[in-house]
Amino acid sequence: MTATAIPSPSPTNPGDGAGAPRPRTRRNVELGLLLFVAAILLVYAAVVEGNAIGEVTPDFWVQVAILAVIFGAAHVAIRFVAPYADPVILPAVALINGIGIGFLRRLDIGRAKAPLRADLSVFGGDGFRQLGWTAAAIVGAVILMLIVRDHRSLSRYAYTLGLAGIVLVLIPAVLPARFSSINGAKLWIKFPGFSIQPGEFAKICLLVFFAYYLVRKREVLSRASKRILGIDFPRGRDLGPVVLVWLLSLMVLIFEKDLGTSLMYFGMFVVTLYIATVRVSWLILGLGFFIGGAFLAYFLGKTVGGPFLNFSERATTWLDPFADADNKGYQLVQSLLGLGTGGLTGTGPGAGQPLNVPEVRTDFIFSGLGEEIGLFGLTALLVIYLLLVERGLRAAINVRDSFGKLFAGGLAFTLGLQVFVIVGGISQLIPLTGQTTPFLSAGGSSLVANWLLIGLLLRISDASRRPAGGAPSIGLGGASSGGGGGAPVQIQELPTEVVR
Amino acid sequence: MEFVITVARYGLLVLLWIFVFTVVGVIRRDLFAGSQSSRIVAAPRGVGAATAPGRPAKVKRGKAAHQLFVTAGSLAGTRITLGEAPITIGRAEDSTLVITDDYASAKHARLVPRAGQWYLEDLGSTNGTYLDKTKVGAPTPVPLGVPIRIGRTSLELRP
Repeated sequence: MTATAIPSPSPTNPGDGAGAPRPRTRRNVELGLLLFVAAILLVYAAVVEGNAIGEVTPDFWVQVAILAVIFGAAHVAIRFVAPYADPVILPAVALINGIGIGFLRRLDIGRAKAPLRADLSVFGGDGFRQLGWTAAAIVGAVILMLIVRDHRSLSRYAYTLGLAGIVLVLIPAVLPARFSSINGAKLWIKFPGFSIQPGEFAKICLLVFFAYYLVRKREVLSRASKRILGIDFPRGRDLGPVVLVWLLSLMVLIFEKDLGTSLMYFGMFVVTLYIATVRVSWLILGLGFFIGGAFLAYFLGKTVGGPFLNFSERATTWLDPFADADNKGYQLVQSLLGLGTGGLTGTGPGAGQPLNVPEVRTDFIFSGLGEEIGLFGLTALLVIYLLLVERGLRAAINVRDSFGKLFAGGLAFTLGLQVFVIVGGISQLIPLTGQTTPFLSAGGSSLVANWLLIGLLLRISDASRRPAGGAPSIGLGGASSGGGGGAPVQIQELPTEVVR
Repeated sequence: MEFVITVARYGLLVLLWIFVFTVVGVIRRDLFAGSQSSRIVAAPRGVGAATAPGRPAKVKRGKAAHQLFVTAGSLAGTRITLGEAPITIGRAEDSTLVITDDYASAKHARLVPRAGQWYLEDLGSTNGTYLDKTKVGAPTPVPLGVPIRIGRTSLELRP
């Protein structure tokens, strides 16, 4: 096992040899990083088995091998579909996703009785289900990249997607609780056997609409203003759409009982608005609106109760989880104890007691992991998230059209905000909300939706890094896919369309 | 066995961080490959923009433009890697560089390469295209680092 640690830095080198005269696609760097990820996951799987079972079974590599095949396929697909895409995005996501699957497998092992652990099949339990979802999610992301050959074609369907987003958000709120409520949050559509979280997909749809709308309105929103205290505030009438989205997110808060999702939608909108107008006043207004709304909901919950009760209870728990440590504060207390037990370097993968934390498969996976890999490990994961967001913002800066800028910036920010909301929640920085940790948590909806988001980011980063007059190496696919929208694209202009 | 597992456990943390720094290294190389010359040789001298006016002749002959960089306007920070194809600039959705600016026309201007030199050409825009401070009509050669102004957007060629 120690041997695996030594050759790891070498995979970074092959990328240097990539072609000189043509702009570099950096796909070999991506391949090298993916091999590195596979090595890390292999070490992780081996340590888990060594600690939790007491021996490393001969099958410990099977799960990692399957993952390697899946990510390898994704890599090959990107070589054809988006050859100039950012080389860092796929390996970073692959590492987080792989650690998540490894941890779920570790929970499967932990749940089995000690004598049976060595014989526990890789092809079963949460770990294998998550593996299946990963495969499905990557197929979905590649198909999405095949359909959307040019991200600008999305803006043609902005209103349709916006409407679809709102419908997706509202379905669980309207459905009776027995079809939509899990653990008090009405975020689901339950089918027999499985359930989906439409809100995860709504994020992307709404973002397309926000970006399109703001590209149209940015001039008005950024120019007409009143100056108060040295900060430019927008006119009252321009506030209309912001207030609308704010009301929508408050409705989510009240009827779906979920602060995290409502913060997500509102944050997404405010930040795209900020990117569009470069006005700090929008951030101030947005934060003010949201904090005001949350305070209002808290005090209404204290006095009136009813639909606000859930939120005020959560806030009370957040303020002092140890006051009711065996009941309402139990989840948060266990999470904090888990993180505390882990300390700096953790107990070691497979050696902790993550099963003491409730919901450790989904909401609390980060504290379960934290107990075993410690602050050093968690920080590394957080930095990888950070780099992922940075790559998204970089794609936004480099891409050549305003819609792409707003859309990519929004996508990257959404990812970062989601990590903040859940990690802040489990570490008692903000009130706990039932968000999934992107790519880590068990759950198909979240995984698929976030991979689709990554697919779109890869598409935009491909567009932003592709040289303007470069060889049209992906052929004619771009023209045929965008044709359905009936856009005013002239035939003579099509070659340039394909190029980019 | 105990010992091996302990080593592997800490090794995993070290590996995670090596991965992080490898990724940072890739990103860093990416940044510098983009913002300066694609060859590493000219790195120390090419850093300052002040070298361009000092020795215009040498710059013109020695280095070809590889990038179009947006220095001001709503797309500031954008860069386009130049290839063989002409670059169209304007508000039209199918332009290479789509500018959302009230002072830009749908098909505003075009950059065309001829024998290693880029020429700027106005496509009959309403508000004109400026190379530094002179208005551009017929195709005009564009030296490196000289601002092209279209509406509120400013662009320049970089090596």
